[in-house]
Amino acid sequence: MFQNIGEIALLFWRTLCALPFAWRQRQKVYDQFFEIGNASLLMVCVLSFFIGAVIALQTGPVLVERSLSSAVGGIVGISIAKELAPVMMAILIAGRIGSAMAAEIGSMRVYQEIDALRTMNIDPIHYLVLPRMLAIAIALPLLVVFAILVGWFGGAVIAEANSRIGVPFQAFFSGLRDIVEVKDVANGLFKSFCFALIIGSVSCHQGLATLGGPRGIGRSVTKAVVNSIVLIVIFDYILTRFLLK
Amino acid sequence: MTPPLDTTNSGVGLQVRGLRKSFGAQAVLQGVDLEVRPGEIFVIMGPSGSGKSVLLKHLIGLESPDAGEILINGEPVHAAALAAKYRMALVFQSGALLNSLTVGENVGLYLTEHRLKSPEAIRQIVAEKLEAVGLAGAMDKMPGELSGGMKKRAALARALVIEPQLILYDEPTSELDPLSSIVIAEEILELKHRIRVTSLIVSHDRDLAFGVADRIAFIHEGRILIVGTPDEVKRFQHPLVQRFLHADFRRAP
Repeated sequence: MFQNIGEIALLFWRTLCALPFAWRQRQKVYDQFFEIGNASLLMVCVLSFFIGAVIALQTGPVLVERSLSSAVGGIVGISIAKELAPVMMAILIAGRIGSAMAAEIGSMRVYQEIDALRTMNIDPIHYLVLPRMLAIAIALPLLVVFAILVGWFGGAVIAEANSRIGVPFQAFFSGLRDIVEVKDVANGLFKSFCFALIIGSVSCHQGLATLGGPRGIGRSVTKAVVNSIVLIVIFDYILTRFLLK
Repeated sequence: MTPPLDTTNSGVGLQVRGLRKSFGAQAVLQGVDLEVRPGEIFVIMGPSGSGKSVLLKHLIGLESPDAGEILINGEPVHAAALAAKYRMALVFQSGALLNSLTVGENVGLYLTEHRLKSPEAIRQIVAEKLEAVGLAGAMDKMPGELSGGMKKRAALARALVIEPQLILYDEPTSELDPLSSIVIAEEILELKHRIRVTSLIVSHDRDLAFGVADRIAFIHEGRILIVGTPDEVKRFQHPLVQRFLHADFRRAP
């Protein structure tokens, strides 16, 4: 994977250089954005509801036993906003959208469609990579906003419904407001924006680097997902360290 | 994505000098020298695996040579400004249509992406080109709905839209029935007369080669054996060339 990092960085740089052409590609950005949202929104809601519920279930009884029931909302809220929603949604999108990007571009490479674009003097980075990068960079933070809200709701529902926790809905959100600041949510959204760029760059690079036939496409899809997840986890640590300052 | 300058309508000249290319230990091109004159129809013939398609990819900049150079009107083919200066098109053997677009969108892609015409004008041009290759009514179909031959004709229509100065064909008549092959051959000749395009065809279709070519090159194991007019190639007394030109399946009595 690490031998490709230079190529991925170069692709990312060339995509940044193509940004002035973004307006021309707005229809493709919209199509990709719709595709990402349509394919993922329900999954995001289900996943984040249960993540919120599990965090409430894991932390709630321990805190209540120590008479810290007012901290349940804050603990669930901050862990979802700063860490779980951005990371889990990025992993979900890497699996769902990153794989689709790598497969689509990889199949275009294998079946000479990208060569055909080049012969028409159409830059594949403008035509294929830029719209996907922009769409995912907008869509993932928005999905994370949904994930945070639904995750908080899931945590609040379980905190009230579970007899070992028994923190009322209002008390949960009151505790959440005391601890979670706008800055914490912004940190989570910034992280998700960075993860989106990682998924877009890695997946498009894998697609463009596809060799061989259907087996090559399969290999590219697997590498796109695995490499994205590895880089997400590594960058999660780096960004968290950076944002702690 | 700068659209090419519309400075000239005539075909371009192409020179290939000492072109070499290897993939691993396999030497595919072993010093190819060629000169294609502006406006001529030049056919490269040879058995399968002789390096024809690899040579074609070099000519349009899709591959980089290990050694040698390719010049278009005296300028290296890899020069950054070249694609912006000359209109070139390659008709792929497989068609290479974008599967996510309709046939009409594929054919008009060059004009749409370079914003050279209004959407209405593009639709009209696309309809004309599709009709010219016998695909009227296929505009809203998806490539997956077309046969191999229809895909190839759609790819030709896509190349015609560019009004190229250099058009490269990779096996333009393979997978086509004889009548469709004639349509393609006629279109190649028509283009030469209408826009004086330089055409370079890679093919092992003898009827096409001797029917349309001004000159023919015969390539074998990455080397050019002969370049000449169709008559000169027919008279060339090389066992492989003669066997290739006269090969005919005969059922055992």
